[in-house]
Amino acid sequence: MSAVRSGALHELSAKQALAGMRAGKFSSVELTRTYLERIEQHNTRLNAYLYVAPEAALQAAAAADKLYAKARRKADTKLPALLGLPIAVKDVLAVAGMPTTCGSLILEDFVPSYTATSVQRLLDAGVVILGKTNTDEFAMGSSTENSAYGVTHNPWDETRVPGGSSGGSAAAVAARLAPVALGTDTGGSVRQPAAFCGLTGLKTTYGRVSRYGLVAFGSSLDTVGVLARDADDAGLILKVMGGYDPHDATTVERAPKLDKPSGKSLKGLKIGVPKEYFIDGLSAEVEGGVREAIAQLEALGAKAVPVSLPHTEYALPVYYIIAPAEASANLARFDGVRYGLREEQADLIDMFKRSRGAGFGPEVKRRIMVGSYALSSGYYDAYYGQAQKVRTLIRRDFDTVFKKVDIVAAPATPSTAFRIGAHGSDPLEMYLEDVFTLPANLAGVPGLSLCAGFDSQGLPIGLQMLGPHFADERLLAVAKAYQRVTDWQTRQPAL
Amino acid sequence: MSSKYQPVIGLEVHAVLETRSKMFCSCPVVDSTIGEPNIAVCPVCSGMPGMLPVINEAAVEYAVRVALALNCKINLTSIFARKSYFYPDLPKGFQISQYEQPLAQNGWLDIETADGEQRVAIRRVHIEEDTGKLTHVEKGGQRYSLVDLNRSGVPLLEIVTEPELHSVEAVRNCAYALRSILRYVGVNSGNLEKGLMRIEPNISIRPIGSSEFGTRAEIKNLNSFRSLERATTYELARQEQLVESGGRVVQQTMGWDDARGTTLAQRSKEVAEDYRYFPEPDLPPLVLEKAWVEKIRKSLPELPHARRERFVATFGLKPYDADVIVAEREVADFYETAVAAAKVADAKLIANWLTGALFGLMNEAGTEIGELRFGAKQLTALCDQIAGGKVNPAGAREVLGVLFAEGGSPASIIKARGLQQISNTGQLRSWVSEVIAANPQQVAGYLAGNAPLLNFLFGQVMQKAGGKANPAAVRSELQAQLDASAK
Repeated sequence: MSAVRSGALHELSAKQALAGMRAGKFSSVELTRTYLERIEQHNTRLNAYLYVAPEAALQAAAAADKLYAKARRKADTKLPALLGLPIAVKDVLAVAGMPTTCGSLILEDFVPSYTATSVQRLLDAGVVILGKTNTDEFAMGSSTENSAYGVTHNPWDETRVPGGSSGGSAAAVAARLAPVALGTDTGGSVRQPAAFCGLTGLKTTYGRVSRYGLVAFGSSLDTVGVLARDADDAGLILKVMGGYDPHDATTVERAPKLDKPSGKSLKGLKIGVPKEYFIDGLSAEVEGGVREAIAQLEALGAKAVPVSLPHTEYALPVYYIIAPAEASANLARFDGVRYGLREEQADLIDMFKRSRGAGFGPEVKRRIMVGSYALSSGYYDAYYGQAQKVRTLIRRDFDTVFKKVDIVAAPATPSTAFRIGAHGSDPLEMYLEDVFTLPANLAGVPGLSLCAGFDSQGLPIGLQMLGPHFADERLLAVAKAYQRVTDWQTRQPAL
Repeated sequence: MSSKYQPVIGLEVHAVLETRSKMFCSCPVVDSTIGEPNIAVCPVCSGMPGMLPVINEAAVEYAVRVALALNCKINLTSIFARKSYFYPDLPKGFQISQYEQPLAQNGWLDIETADGEQRVAIRRVHIEEDTGKLTHVEKGGQRYSLVDLNRSGVPLLEIVTEPELHSVEAVRNCAYALRSILRYVGVNSGNLEKGLMRIEPNISIRPIGSSEFGTRAEIKNLNSFRSLERATTYELARQEQLVESGGRVVQQTMGWDDARGTTLAQRSKEVAEDYRYFPEPDLPPLVLEKAWVEKIRKSLPELPHARRERFVATFGLKPYDADVIVAEREVADFYETAVAAAKVADAKLIANWLTGALFGLMNEAGTEIGELRFGAKQLTALCDQIAGGKVNPAGAREVLGVLFAEGGSPASIIKARGLQQISNTGQLRSWVSEVIAANPQQVAGYLAGNAPLLNFLFGQVMQKAGGKANPAAVRSELQAQLDASAK
């Protein structure tokens, strides 16, 4: 294994890195140091991390190494599943003792005393947290340009966005500044950056992973997900962080176990190809890449059939009522009273206004206003009420389709990564970037985006797969079968 | 109130559900009127980013108990909603409450009014969380506010009656009846001063005979039943005066100033009160199992109204006395225990001694029934002594005083203090003879038709007996000897 040589440890996937540490080929400290050095080297340019914790990371790595050493002396020592594995965490997930800014000035100095359940489970399994990654402010955006702390650059082309809102995590994993990273997906914020950065991004089923400690954007849509190099790595993380959490009433106590392909063959797997996802505005190169990937899945034994998700076109307007409505209430707590930015004023109402005015960026303000409007008396039925009804129709679309097929395959994004500033003037243009990813959040179903090749400019193309509720492992298994016979996921950007 | 207008009043009552922990987190419910501020606070109830609510099942059970006691229809599926407004005592910027589908609705409550019994409709009963508390202070010329979040997230029950109360008396009795029920089902101790129960009347008036509703004012800050009555009386008069002088009542929230005895328009929390309600996405709908609700229904104690009817029917109590006894479950339990133990005394005698002499002593000392130094059976023992002619009322009062101050058994107190009533005919006969012999003038006067002189003679005998003689026996012996001397 050539990668084992010092300096090349970052080329290992999470699974390989864990195997290497278990076999004693290198230590967690060596692995962690490798990543810290790469962060030191490249982060100033990429701005993937907002906060790096070198000391805490090396301390945790040293502790992991001690346990590995003990295991070598005592054969029956139980080793946690992810012992010594470095990870990056999107800055909307609370980690006790580390800043949690959510990409916002209003939380610039906020350090929580608690840790998100998803992160805590990973910590309990032995991970080493490298730092917190950049995000669109409160996860509102599709490019990471809405961060108060500067845009993140796409490692494949640094003039381009990495996608968003989990753009920092995506850029970190793509640039090998972390083996794997946590993201969150409210409308596509894991899948879209995964597509733009050539990664495997898993948006989990709503209710599969606890939202406790995830700073809420749209509570009925928010999910914690993973940005990884391949399906195996994403699966490792899901296995540890998923499951019922008494602190989150929307997590499911006993998730059903669904069939999944095993091994190399996809024989018997039925893939639905929804016509509503192959529309005007979809770039020819992305469509070509996606169709090719579907053909590859067929070559593995799967059967692709055309299906229809007739209410897809309403997902965007429905989403941009429900998500801002929930956000308008979720973000009300940032009032300058107990924590975060406060602009002192003699009058209470002035203090609220000035603090929020100074603390929130323009996109966040826009959504708070849209959401407050949609919920206000006299408009509720026409907007929020109506949106909820249509949301039910969108969910039913998926229920119906998943009676006929096992998964749905479609493009993850209309185009490959766009240039920084390309959508600067028109928020609606930016919203359209999420048109293929929003429906899964409205329906609560799992989604996965994987690298299905590159366009003529060398930018990654994302294939999106969607499954019924709790079919997360099925999606991972299909992705794994695909990644066995392709090598897109092993390609690295030249930094 | 003059006879031109009819008061139309509804009550909105907030009652703390005195569970061990808060509504949506595991912080303890503490007395927020004493002790250090912010000692029962966690990331959830202080509205930290990323925190989620989790429903306290005990609070739901408490709420269901009250709703059932108020004869409500329980919605097996109810929905929590966010009620948004900005205020420093509301950490999340929204209160989790229930809006479109409350826990329970369409109940009723029977109360007493001057015109007899009235059935008051309960519109809805829902669960919500309490806010924190602000204290406004001034120090060194600087005015600022302190936020205490001990109360933030404490479970509250909101009970809303229909506007069907038409007098101050009905308002008071309805509030008392609600408090009594809250206490009976064991969810709330009924303390208004500590804010465990907050009563907000909404008050309007209309010309008698009109069926339309007037514009209502809602009154807050009532921390005693006395304030409730005073504020209601004041507000009715204010509205009447306003209307009579050609003015118009505006819909507003008023605060009661207890010191000045007036209601004052309060500044609203937000310029426009649009709470932007929507279903709380962090909590799935609250689904109750029918069997669970039925189990709670079966576990409910006999409620004050039913108990009162039973006391009237079974024990022959006057409705008023029964009301006084059943108002508190502990008192009613005490009474029933006392009655069950009686050998000679009847239920009415025990009721008289309980609500008369004993309540008098308790009120004077501010003692609750649970704090007495003696048990129900001691009251029975005393009443048995009274009924059996072993001690006369004056002596019994003295015995009760000793029981109240020190405890003990009535029989031994009577013995120790020599309070045994003297009914011995020979002894009484000689005392009466002595008094008649010593007071010839009065005897003559009485025999000549001056009837009140009998009481003088009676008093003389009692004095001779040191107060211990059986009064009835003295009277009959006195009468007999006087009758004999008339012949």
